[in-house]
Amino acid sequence: MEFFQSLLGPFWPVVWTLVKIVAIVAPLLLGVAYVTYAERKVIGYMQVRIGPNRVGPLGLLQPIADGLKLMMKEIIIPSGANKKLFLLAPVLCMAPALIAWAVIPFTPELVLANIDASLLFIMAITSMGVYGVVLAGWASNSKYPFLGAMRSAAQIVSYEIAMGFALVGVLMAAQSLNLVEIVKAQQGASFFSWYWLPLFPLFLVYMISSVAEINRAPFDVAEGESEIVGFHAEYSGMAFAVFFLAEYANMILVATLSSLLFLGGWLPLFDFAPFTWIPGFFWLIAKICFVLFLFLWFRATFPRYRYDQIMRLGWKVFIPVTLVWLLFIGGMMQTPLGYLFH
Amino acid sequence: MMNRLNAFFKSLLLIELFKGMALTGRYLFARKITVQFPEERTPMSPRFRGLHALRRYPNGEERCIACKLCEAVCPALAISIDMEERADGTRRTTRYDIDLTKCIFCGFCEESCPVDSIVETRVFDYHGEKRGDLYYTKAMLLALGDKHEEQIARDKAADAPYR
Repeated sequence: MEFFQSLLGPFWPVVWTLVKIVAIVAPLLLGVAYVTYAERKVIGYMQVRIGPNRVGPLGLLQPIADGLKLMMKEIIIPSGANKKLFLLAPVLCMAPALIAWAVIPFTPELVLANIDASLLFIMAITSMGVYGVVLAGWASNSKYPFLGAMRSAAQIVSYEIAMGFALVGVLMAAQSLNLVEIVKAQQGASFFSWYWLPLFPLFLVYMISSVAEINRAPFDVAEGESEIVGFHAEYSGMAFAVFFLAEYANMILVATLSSLLFLGGWLPLFDFAPFTWIPGFFWLIAKICFVLFLFLWFRATFPRYRYDQIMRLGWKVFIPVTLVWLLFIGGMMQTPLGYLFH
Repeated sequence: MMNRLNAFFKSLLLIELFKGMALTGRYLFARKITVQFPEERTPMSPRFRGLHALRRYPNGEERCIACKLCEAVCPALAISIDMEERADGTRRTTRYDIDLTKCIFCGFCEESCPVDSIVETRVFDYHGEKRGDLYYTKAMLLALGDKHEEQIARDKAADAPYR
């Protein structure tokens, strides 16, 4: 490493940062590809089918075939569309989903940028994704994508509030906005010390609103295969593929956040011998996979919410529930039982 | 009052959602019923109506006598027949074409045929690669009949008691 450092001189920090970015983004995109495969397999199995099994052994090359197919396809730009914005929108959707990974810790040491307010950074960056959605709907110059964009933008904005409140509970308990500190605060004898238990209502609210945040079933009015109204209705080929990638990258991001904030990140299930032998990184991966599996399970189980019910759930149920639980935690912390919530 | 309270807690605790997930969770491990098509095939009735074929008598003479009943009964107007008198005084077709892009596979041609000449075989996995590939001529239909005669005869025999 010193050799390269002296060879590149002043360019070294740039090159080294790029290497680190590639080291995070490349496995992430591979993960995205195989989440689509896992989704088709899991949903297939739950519907008593067997899912893709033709391309490669067990259909393992299916996501690559899908990607190639989408790349070969023509990107159709509607004649009345604003061409620049139309092509910018998928990038704006994708970028925040990747940027947020800059502050995600994989182990206490393995993190690209260990900044103090990393939770706040993630909240700020992930909210940017909605601009891509709005722009996509508007730049298409077509009424159905426009309506779809309005719907999903409203949905994302509403659920961000409930999600934000749920995270307030976490930072009250951890007394820190730094993700590494939040995970360290969950350290304990077993998985009962992780925040999912003391903050259980917030955990549920967070899980459900994160599903709504990323526009997935049962809140997938944005995509809604059986309906035409969706913000990316006019997109095709690689431009559509980027939206698709963004959705799945967001899915992995949200699953990672749930694992870090509520499921103890890289902490082992029990803090004794056979469990502590497995490195923390793999515990984190296992937890992410578990949460992703839950997302797929939801999709295989629940019918799509009606749009006004989505709004009712977000505003009239989740926000009151989180507020009440925040007050409850705040109150309990002042009592001798407060240690339960730290 | 009690009912409303009950319903409130039921929805607050997501009882029904968990029940639903338990159901799909059970099906995750259920036996899969997918039939792997090219390797496995589903059972088929002897009355299956697939690709058409023209049959011959055992002595090699074609059965069709150009009565044009099939052409008349065809609801999709997919069959076109021309005929002439042959040197031996019998009436035979000179053209027997089926446009499979028009055909709706209703089986009326087979039903109407007085000499069991035009039949629908069990073949259903065929394709055309360019326009006109699915326009089957008399020679093609006769070749199909020769190829599948054994199966056709067996299916006809199996269905005979019910006719």
